[in-house]
Amino acid sequence: MGEIIFLVIIGVAISLCLLRMLKGPTAPDRAVAVDTIATITTALLVLLAFTFERYVYLDVALVYAVLTFIGSVAIARFLEKGI
Amino acid sequence: MQVIGTIITTIGTIFLFLGSLGVFRLPDVYNRLQAGTKCTTLGAFLTIIGVGIMNPDWFLKTLVIALFILITNPISNHALGRASRKSGVPLCDRSVVDKANEFAEYKEKQ
Repeated sequence: MGEIIFLVIIGVAISLCLLRMLKGPTAPDRAVAVDTIATITTALLVLLAFTFERYVYLDVALVYAVLTFIGSVAIARFLEKGI
Repeated sequence: MQVIGTIITTIGTIFLFLGSLGVFRLPDVYNRLQAGTKCTTLGAFLTIIGVGIMNPDWFLKTLVIALFILITNPISNHALGRASRKSGVPLCDRSVVDKANEFAEYKEKQ
């Protein structure tokens, strides 16, 4: 029962960030919103691992955290001085 | 053990919600960046640690994920803020002080 409440709160949080990503006036706004969504999604994957009792999802969360870190740094570098 | 983990996870999810509310509501890239960094880092850390406390077999792996987020999330957000400053995104019109401009003028004077 408790897990459903956590998942609903996190779903609302992700949709708020998604609205900002659709609205955002400049490119860095969208990049910030995507980075926030990525961090929330890592927590969501860990919660899903607990809800479905699957140990494997923790590995997915770890790899997702690594990949989004690299992606955010690459986007920041692109915004700073081009390719 | 179960109760402590549930309380910590609840606090973490509330922090995640408040962080994304800040990302939606605040007027400026830099304000949004601040809300999206601090609240999200603490919220994700507390959520993942809470899951590890609720299920003690997984504690080591959740600790690794949480420490990784604690280290890398400020780094990537700092890079994003620096990039948006350098690409010339203006501050919102209610801003009071701009230390980066003052520092640039100070460096030009020297």
